Amino acid sequence: MKTLAADCAQKQKKGRVVNDFSIQVATINGSGSQSANSVLMRSIFEMGVPVSGKNFFPSNIAGLPTWFTIRANKKGYVGRKRDVDILIAMNPQTALEDLKSLLPGSVCISPVELKLDVVRSDVKHYQVPFSELGAKTTDQIKLRKLLTNMIYVGVVGELLGIDEAEVEKAINKQFEGKAKAIELNLTAVKIGRDWTRENLPKDDPFFVEKMDSTKNKIMIDGNAAAAIGCLFAGVTVVPWYPITPASTLCETLIDYLKEYRVDKETGKATYAVVQAEDELAAIGMALGAGWAGARSMTSTSGPGISLMAEFVGCGYFTEVPTVIFDVQRVGPSTGMPTRTSQADIMSVHLLSHGDTKHIILLPASVEECYEMAIQAFDLAERFQTPVFVMTDLDLGMNHWMADRFVYPDKPMDRGKVLNAQQLEELGTFARYRDVDGDGICYRTRPGTVHPLASYFTRASGHNEKALYSERPEDYVNLMKRLDRKYQTARKYVPAPHVQIEPKAKVGLIAFGSSHCAVEESLDQLRDENKMAVSYLRLKALPTTEAVRNFVETHDRVYVVEQNRDAQLRDLLRLEMPDLSMKLRSVTHYDGLPIDARSVTEAVLEQER
Amino acid sequence: MVDNVTAAKVPSGAAPATNRIGLTLAEYKGANSTLCDGCGHDAITSQLIKAFYEMGVDPYTVTKLSGIGCSSKTPAYFLNQAHGFNSVHGRMPSMATGVGLANHKLIQVGISGDGDTASIGIGQFVHAVRRNVPMLYLVENNGVYGLTKGQFSATADVGSKLKSGLVNEMQPIDLCSLAIELGCAFVARSFAGDPKQLISLLKAAISHKGTALLDIISPCVTFNNHEGSTKSYKYARDAETPLHDIGYVPYFEQISVDYEPGTVTDVTMHDGSHILLKKLATEYDPTDRDNAVATLHKSQQEQQFLTGLLYIDPTKPDFNQTLNLIDEPLAILKEDQVRPPKAVLDEIMDSMS
Repeated sequence: MKTLAADCAQKQKKGRVVNDFSIQVATINGSGSQSANSVLMRSIFEMGVPVSGKNFFPSNIAGLPTWFTIRANKKGYVGRKRDVDILIAMNPQTALEDLKSLLPGSVCISPVELKLDVVRSDVKHYQVPFSELGAKTTDQIKLRKLLTNMIYVGVVGELLGIDEAEVEKAINKQFEGKAKAIELNLTAVKIGRDWTRENLPKDDPFFVEKMDSTKNKIMIDGNAAAAIGCLFAGVTVVPWYPITPASTLCETLIDYLKEYRVDKETGKATYAVVQAEDELAAIGMALGAGWAGARSMTSTSGPGISLMAEFVGCGYFTEVPTVIFDVQRVGPSTGMPTRTSQADIMSVHLLSHGDTKHIILLPASVEECYEMAIQAFDLAERFQTPVFVMTDLDLGMNHWMADRFVYPDKPMDRGKVLNAQQLEELGTFARYRDVDGDGICYRTRPGTVHPLASYFTRASGHNEKALYSERPEDYVNLMKRLDRKYQTARKYVPAPHVQIEPKAKVGLIAFGSSHCAVEESLDQLRDENKMAVSYLRLKALPTTEAVRNFVETHDRVYVVEQNRDAQLRDLLRLEMPDLSMKLRSVTHYDGLPIDARSVTEAVLEQER
Repeated sequence: MVDNVTAAKVPSGAAPATNRIGLTLAEYKGANSTLCDGCGHDAITSQLIKAFYEMGVDPYTVTKLSGIGCSSKTPAYFLNQAHGFNSVHGRMPSMATGVGLANHKLIQVGISGDGDTASIGIGQFVHAVRRNVPMLYLVENNGVYGLTKGQFSATADVGSKLKSGLVNEMQPIDLCSLAIELGCAFVARSFAGDPKQLISLLKAAISHKGTALLDIISPCVTFNNHEGSTKSYKYARDAETPLHDIGYVPYFEQISVDYEPGTVTDVTMHDGSHILLKKLATEYDPTDRDNAVATLHKSQQEQQFLTGLLYIDPTKPDFNQTLNLIDEPLAILKEDQVRPPKAVLDEIMDSMS
């Protein structure tokens, strides 16, 4: 590789780059670097600078390489930044490759014994005797490895100019209530900081300066946000099966349920959690509970979705509410379990054999993971059908800054459920009769004490009275009514977020975690390329009238999504075949979260 | 409006007999069966209707769940006043688990077949039993797939012959010994052609807390009732070897049975009912788990058709107890019981800021 002189590289990054960079920490999975990375991210957050953290980890417990990326951005961009500005190369296995991927002028902090400075001279090297410094942190060999990670927090803190007090706050937060751990970690950070101050002259453009943009903000991952949503949605039955990257959704929910939904005096629970034997059983239990009148949910990822297919069709056809979270990972098959993707949207929307179309909510932020979790239960009970909330590994497992969640301002919508008294007043009841003309029928709960209450639910052909039927007209009526219900859903699901640029000929459509990249890309297109581009962020399927209007009013609309086959673009083409030639595609599907630069380049390429 | 109740034909003038909650036998019936004439499943349905009637169970408190197959059609043929769900092949156990969690006050009847339970649904069977989900788990076992016209099932005996002449060479899965292995606390085997024994076992199963497995040999008159079948009426009648005579005395009746001391084992159920097991040829203690397994293994080797209460432990805690659920069904909890107050959200948000 051709090397450039370091001073030449420095010239490329003239001046100060304040609160706008990304740090990548390369470590070994299981080495305990997570606390150090959290503290580093948290310290920047405490400085008032918008920050986000992404973990790129292997499907492995210990030994394989893992990377943690922290992005600080004064404008509040939280999507992945394609290029790394500061590398902390703690993993000898990957150090060479990590170093090679840097752009000239970047910073590399590494253990001195790796001698990385001889590999590239066009990056700024800070070489640190980590082992030597680690030995000073404690006499306990076991803890030394963990504390060595904290030393790089000190090094980076000193180099970037992060206040000591803010790092201390972050450590106190990270190790809350553990005085000994706090003390040891503070010592480690101080060792790193002091050594840096004495030995490493600052010679790079990156700085953190205090801002006021994180006040009243929280840091949270999407799975935890969705779990909090489920808690406040009043979920009562939670069957689940562990799968990466969805596991922490139910695990976090279980923690909250134990804390807030157990009677302190009697120890009795207002919820039931079951770790099912597989996803088939999980969805079966969720539907059983939904049928019996409980608010139920399960969470899974692609492979679990595939297993659930038959049961989801049953739920659709027999009209049973439940909520299914799909935290997407890379498929097909086992795929890349610890990498992110949006490639389930087509199969989830049409999940199961026969004519099926499901309601899907598409949160794009942790706030929406929380809000849409609550909404999903209302929609499931209103529409008496399985409702999906689709996130992905990036949104679900990574760390995002957010506004504090807002307590639900509406009571729960339990949908059209008749009790004994209402049955008595009505004098008639047929489970699948479309009394209101919206495609949604009335149901009764098992155990309702009234001669009219009972009905026999069948996943086979049935008529209005839930009796077995293979009559052609009964089947057609049923399928038409289910479609009517789906059309009604268009008015209930959250409408898209639409941002119209006057005179824009080009529009972008995106959903879910692609949003953060698209938001940034819109600015790049405007600021760097003088291109005014409109934006529609889809929040749900089925689509609403606004989507059609958006496509109609633009010449070319790029659907940005994280899958190979442009799945949402094709779903939209099915919805509006007459406009299909306007719909173009930008895809990103390498397993890493989509980044703004890639979106911008792909749009420009096609617009050229 | 009661759409599909088969109204009882009562002779004019005479009031029909009623049970202890004032209901007639007709009020426990369902739609007319669409199974083949003489199907063992219909004989089981009749005893089930009678058992619920005689036990005086309120049909509103029952749910009937099934998977797919001939057996799974039967929940439509009894207890019209109970909600029912004919769901997905082999997946009745998970549905029943969910229903039970949503409303543990319901008495659940899960009806399955040998294909539904021993093949496609064996995983769910195993795990429902492992959790001790409160339910009557009825396997209407005929050794054959009826609805798809006569393929062997996984409970077909070695040497058993199909009409086509095909002989089964695979080891059958014995659901009873499997269930005992898994810790099921009520395991019985019976025969659709033995109504007296069957009804006592059904009543006992209704009294049981937790999963009660009844593996009922239920001949398929169309595909597996011929010479060479080990699940035919004739074979079962000739081969049936009851472990004991079974009597059942519900909690609301006094025990007034005369028996010689030492000839009857009395098992007291958690609701105060009694199962009375009268000794036949040999002594059999249904509370001895190891012996139950050994007896079943021996019967398999000797190709015996043993019936009766194979194993019982009336004290084992069921799934709801394990989960420590509140007494009120989860399905009907009010918003203020399930949505924590705003202070809780504030507390959680504070912990993340």
